[in-house]
Amino acid sequence: MTLYTSTVRTAPRRPRVWARLTTTTVYALALPISLLIIWGVWGTIAPGKFFPAPGRIAEAFVKTWIGPAFVTDVVPSLVRLAVAILIAIAVGIAAGTLIGLVRWLRELVEPLMEFFRAIPPPVLIPVFVALLGVTDNMKVIVIAFGSLWPVLLNTVDGVRSTDAVMTETARSFSLTPGQRLFSLVLPAASPRIMAGVRQTLSVALIMMVISEMFFSSSGLGFKIAYFQRNYLIAEMWSGIVLLGLVGILLAVIFTFVERRVLRWYHGIKEVERA
Amino acid sequence: MPETLLKVEHLKKVYESSTGVVEAIGDIDFSMRRGELVCIVGPSGCGKTTLLKCISGLLRPTSGSVVLDGKHVSSPPPNMALVFQEYGRSLFPWLTVRGNVELPLNHKKLSTAERASLIDDALLAVGLDHAADSYPWQLSGGMQQRVAIARAVAYQPEVLIMDEPFAAVDAQTRADLEDLVRRLHLERGMSILFVTHDIDESVYLGERVVVLSKSPTWVQEDLVIDLAPERDQITTRALPRFTELRTHVYEQIQRAKRGEAVRPAA
Repeated sequence: MTLYTSTVRTAPRRPRVWARLTTTTVYALALPISLLIIWGVWGTIAPGKFFPAPGRIAEAFVKTWIGPAFVTDVVPSLVRLAVAILIAIAVGIAAGTLIGLVRWLRELVEPLMEFFRAIPPPVLIPVFVALLGVTDNMKVIVIAFGSLWPVLLNTVDGVRSTDAVMTETARSFSLTPGQRLFSLVLPAASPRIMAGVRQTLSVALIMMVISEMFFSSSGLGFKIAYFQRNYLIAEMWSGIVLLGLVGILLAVIFTFVERRVLRWYHGIKEVERA
Repeated sequence: MPETLLKVEHLKKVYESSTGVVEAIGDIDFSMRRGELVCIVGPSGCGKTTLLKCISGLLRPTSGSVVLDGKHVSSPPPNMALVFQEYGRSLFPWLTVRGNVELPLNHKKLSTAERASLIDDALLAVGLDHAADSYPWQLSGGMQQRVAIARAVAYQPEVLIMDEPFAAVDAQTRADLEDLVRRLHLERGMSILFVTHDIDESVYLGERVVVLSKSPTWVQEDLVIDLAPERDQITTRALPRFTELRTHVYEQIQRAKRGEAVRPAA
């Protein structure tokens, strides 16, 4: 029985996905490639001690990072980073949801959270070193503690701002607390949570490097500081390039996850724009 | 005589805030029988939404009581479903149409097959069986409100409460949705309490129209609509009796607005 002649509005399908993808890639790569070329030419004409030519850096990159250093320095750093990020996100969302939902708890801990967030995370490294010693755990905790705040505070805000009509709907249909949490509160807060996660990722990367620059004898951050102190300038630059690549990798993973988690959210935005 | 399903007795709601005390609802008394379609109409700002929230257990009245099916209502009862005016904010955009209809059923003890048939049946009843896998935001406003109605129908409530559900849709869609409500009432025997500010709508839909006074609110008139149960947008609205009734309700609302009607001593 279709009494109603109604249509389903879908987001407009993008024409020629591949053509678009190619154009975007060309646009995305054009500027970095031209800069590299300019840099390469410049480096050949006027070689500077602190700005070696890209070819020299690429060479150093292969020599420094592809080989045993990958296992002794890069992999442990990345593992610590990954573990710390997962801890920060899990703790941030769990604690943020609890604080956002329980009013007295929020009033109790809010000033303290503001205080901890205001402290630049790197200054906590000496504190944690004193407490835990120079261990892997210390580094993981430093990264997690430093990068926790964006996702925590965003979750608190997101959970608090659940739409009143949606909340009344959930109440009127007698949804169970579990249903309210997983079918209403968390999905409603997810755009805010994801915005927090994005910031958490970049803070975590910074914390990873800094935590290894002090009191450390291995890791990406240690290596970069070591090269710089020993005037291995091309090697130092290659470390910075590697960090950049790690950052891009994080961003790609984030975008991949975010597109899936927030499919509905982007769908609404597209329909609104159409 | 059919039994009483919903009984509202001496309901009073006073809001206390820093700016002072506001008496939104003075003293409301009415009842509704099982299988009835009752419309509540009143001047704007007369506390219709407050009344509904008290009836549905979302808001605690200052005094008085609401009894649904013999049970005192103090929190949202499981045998009541609500349709809100703000359909866009009442449906969950991260769930599909089907997911939205299914969500309240998940905590009812039903087999998978029973649940699926309830959902299919409800979507068919509102004419959205083809859009089950779409998301609410892909649908027009009228269709979104149909999803909210389907969700309420699948929930199998004793009473369906609708809070100005069609205030935000265009006139043609509104007529379709009104007929949908009439059909649900006639074909499924649903008991519906329908709140509206639209006088014509209340007379067209209702078997009874409860006219509220201005705030602090009381029931100014409880009017029986003696039109045939089979109603039609064109012929019913052209009936002389329809015009008489709507004129009568209109006059009552005007009196309510001017505060001319005097509340009888309790």
